[in-house]
Amino acid sequence: MDLAIIVIIQVLYAVAGLVIVSAGLAVIFGMMKVINLAHGEFMMLGAYATITAHGLGLNLWLAMLVVAPIAVGLVGVVLERLVIRRLYGRMVDTMLATWGLSLLLVGIVTSIAGNTTVGVSAPLGSFSIGAYSVSSYTLVIIAVAVVLALAIRWVLTKTSWGLIARGTMQKPEMADALGISPGRVYSVTFAVGAALSGLAGALLAPLTGVVPTMGGAFIAKAFITVIGGGPAILAGLVSASGLFGAINQLGTFLTTPVLGEVALLFTAIVMLRLLPQGITGRFFKGSL
Amino acid sequence: MTAFASSWRSAALTLAIGVVLLLALPGLVDDFTLIQLTIYAVMAILGVSLGFIWGFGGILCFGQAAFFGLGAYTYAIAVINIGDSTIPFLLAIVVPALFAALLGYVIFYGRLSDVYMGVITLTVTLILFNLVNSTAGPEWKIGSAPLGGFNGIPGIPTLNVPGDPDAVLSQQSLFTVSMVCLLLVYAGLRWLIASKLGRVIIAAKENEQRVLLLGYDARVYKLICFSLGGAIAGLAGCLFANWGAFTSPTIFGLAMSAQIIIWVIVGGLGTLVGPVVGCVVIQWLSTQIGTQQTFNSNLVLGAILVVFVLLVPRGIVPSLGDVIAAAWRRRRAPAAKQAIPAPLAPTETAG
Amino acid sequence: MSTPLLETRMLNVRFGGVHATRDVNFSLQENELRCVIGPNGAGKSTFFKLLTGQTKPTSGQILFRGKDISNMQPHQPGQLGIGIKTQVPSLFNGLSVWENVWLSARRTNPKAKADLITRDTLERVGMLSHKDNLAGLLAHGLRQWVEIAVVIAADPALILLDEPAAGMSDAEVARTAELILEINRQHALVVVEHDMSFIRMIAKKVTVLHQGAIVREDTPDRVMADPLVQQIYLGKKAH
Repeated sequence: MDLAIIVIIQVLYAVAGLVIVSAGLAVIFGMMKVINLAHGEFMMLGAYATITAHGLGLNLWLAMLVVAPIAVGLVGVVLERLVIRRLYGRMVDTMLATWGLSLLLVGIVTSIAGNTTVGVSAPLGSFSIGAYSVSSYTLVIIAVAVVLALAIRWVLTKTSWGLIARGTMQKPEMADALGISPGRVYSVTFAVGAALSGLAGALLAPLTGVVPTMGGAFIAKAFITVIGGGPAILAGLVSASGLFGAINQLGTFLTTPVLGEVALLFTAIVMLRLLPQGITGRFFKGSL
Repeated sequence: MTAFASSWRSAALTLAIGVVLLLALPGLVDDFTLIQLTIYAVMAILGVSLGFIWGFGGILCFGQAAFFGLGAYTYAIAVINIGDSTIPFLLAIVVPALFAALLGYVIFYGRLSDVYMGVITLTVTLILFNLVNSTAGPEWKIGSAPLGGFNGIPGIPTLNVPGDPDAVLSQQSLFTVSMVCLLLVYAGLRWLIASKLGRVIIAAKENEQRVLLLGYDARVYKLICFSLGGAIAGLAGCLFANWGAFTSPTIFGLAMSAQIIIWVIVGGLGTLVGPVVGCVVIQWLSTQIGTQQTFNSNLVLGAILVVFVLLVPRGIVPSLGDVIAAAWRRRRAPAAKQAIPAPLAPTETAG
Repeated sequence: MSTPLLETRMLNVRFGGVHATRDVNFSLQENELRCVIGPNGAGKSTFFKLLTGQTKPTSGQILFRGKDISNMQPHQPGQLGIGIKTQVPSLFNGLSVWENVWLSARRTNPKAKADLITRDTLERVGMLSHKDNLAGLLAHGLRQWVEIAVVIAADPALILLDEPAAGMSDAEVARTAELILEINRQHALVVVEHDMSFIRMIAKKVTVLHQGAIVREDTPDRVMADPLVQQIYLGKKAH
């Protein structure tokens, strides 16, 4: 019985991890059809922002939940204006340019912060379930993922900004008609996506160790989750995270963490072959 | 491409230059430089493999490093087990080609788009990296060859003259063999591009719908193109394993895949010479960067990639080609101005 | 009666709520020339897409020389002997006019014969002088002729032309009509068009589509005099 609870928690944790890691990319790809291959590096910047702020004395939670998203959101605004904006509609060129940005960001951070891994310990300690010990931080991750999903839903459906953004993605002229420049909408959307990526990096900093190349471990998983999810931003994010997260975790239980990852990646390939439009291209059509 | 670029004359010229370099360089430079040039030649082969499938086949593969790595590892494992290098050399080409064929089947017969192609190829190379990286324990071996995990496989026996396992290639000979391979690959691809198979591959990239309506099964042509790219990358991998007598999982890494893409973009997509030029330029630049401390290679390569995508999207070779072609035309124009204008020719619509 | 070259039986296509093709029973003999007309949205292009495997039928059958071809892979119609010039010309824009036609001829012919066929075909459509021009840079009317050349170079038994005279000058339209009649000596053709004077130049039999179904099939004169057809085209000029 205890084992069952542990398994459930770990699966939820894996799913939550994917939701958090992929949310920023889902917003940017889902709303703007921009493939941001610098997503992992946005996460990395969020992690560094966190440890820098924390190192200067700021409370860890504030550093993670406030400083990181804002810092990376600003970086997002700058990059959108300088680079991304010139490549709208050119999907392959966007992929290439953002790949270049990812290398560039790794290079810049390495020059400033060096190559060694910096650690931050996971706050809140752990608790026990029967004979097993579970890190409380695991529950934090699960909770944040749920809040994040709900927040995205709320912003997109209940706020005027969300509605304008969704409308502009369908028809840019709509923004003009409302007296808002589409460029502004794109900037803000990209910044929000970047901020979410920064938040993800910040939250994961205690778990993975912070090093300039940490982004590389997440980019493929985030990608696959977003593309596997399909056109609906939230439904796709949640369903794909659910599927891949569960498989990853089960694979890890049955074999090794490495094989668990391989299982995730392999499932993705098979799934894309069967559902080329992603999950929400076939199921839950028309949902958010 | 200009008429000159696509003619057999440009191929002959390029091959002639290549042969001259092949014959002259060993005598002209010292051993250390020759070693450097050898790796340029090997990486150039890898660059050409991507330049071919991408520039002519329209296949953007984010994981060409996967086939490169498979070639290196296949050669290493086979030659450690077999001793004589002839079969390992062939396997290093065939195994990646088969893998590419399998992957290509999944992608092309599933009619997946460009973007998905990029994601899947990226994913595959990551899977390979993860798998090979975790094989460090002594229990991980194929035959008598330990996989070595993140430590890699050291002490890989060098290519030998077929049939005589003791007659291994010297540094000089390795350079010659690598250059010969590069020239053969170049010549072979130029010939292929001019053939029916090549024209259909190019047409499928131009307008897949029209190619299908003409009765060509575009999937087969793409599959052939992609597999060939895998084979050539595998060849480069085999030569790479020989060059360093060592191979490790970083060969499957994202960094490697990114580099290959950068060579092609910088050198020029749509030509075969472009990737060679791009590769040499970037490799040289990387070596220079390695000698100083201010800028690290990620920073410079990343900046180059961004700048080229934004400002010089066609790459060095086509842009240079345009400049030369324009200058050529200007040299001839003064003569044309003296020609008497022809009377209005009757048009086809006179029915 | 001999087996029709092309036949459709109760052919239906639905896209979501749209019934684009409705119980179409169409029959074409070898070497026949048929025009298909209908207002915009009548289902003419959808009909062609069904014949070339770009759209799959929801129900019904398509038979080519008696063989069921209802569910084909997109490359199969071309291999069976069905060629199409699409409504928006679909060519290899980055390749020369010669290469465009050559690729079509080369599929089933060795190199030397393909060269010959390419030359002859370009001459037939009057585009030989443009053989080295890039297809993408040609004017619209010329692109149509190149595409016709591309289609006939493969020597298909059935040629589908979707608005071959669109965007052409009067002189070009007359030339195109001449070309079609010449092609008809050895190939069956189905031509979708709007221009009634053009249709009169080429057609003996016209099929009228309306809202996905065939409503009339007769000679051009009788079709044009038909009150239902006139009503369908109400507001449009029908000479």
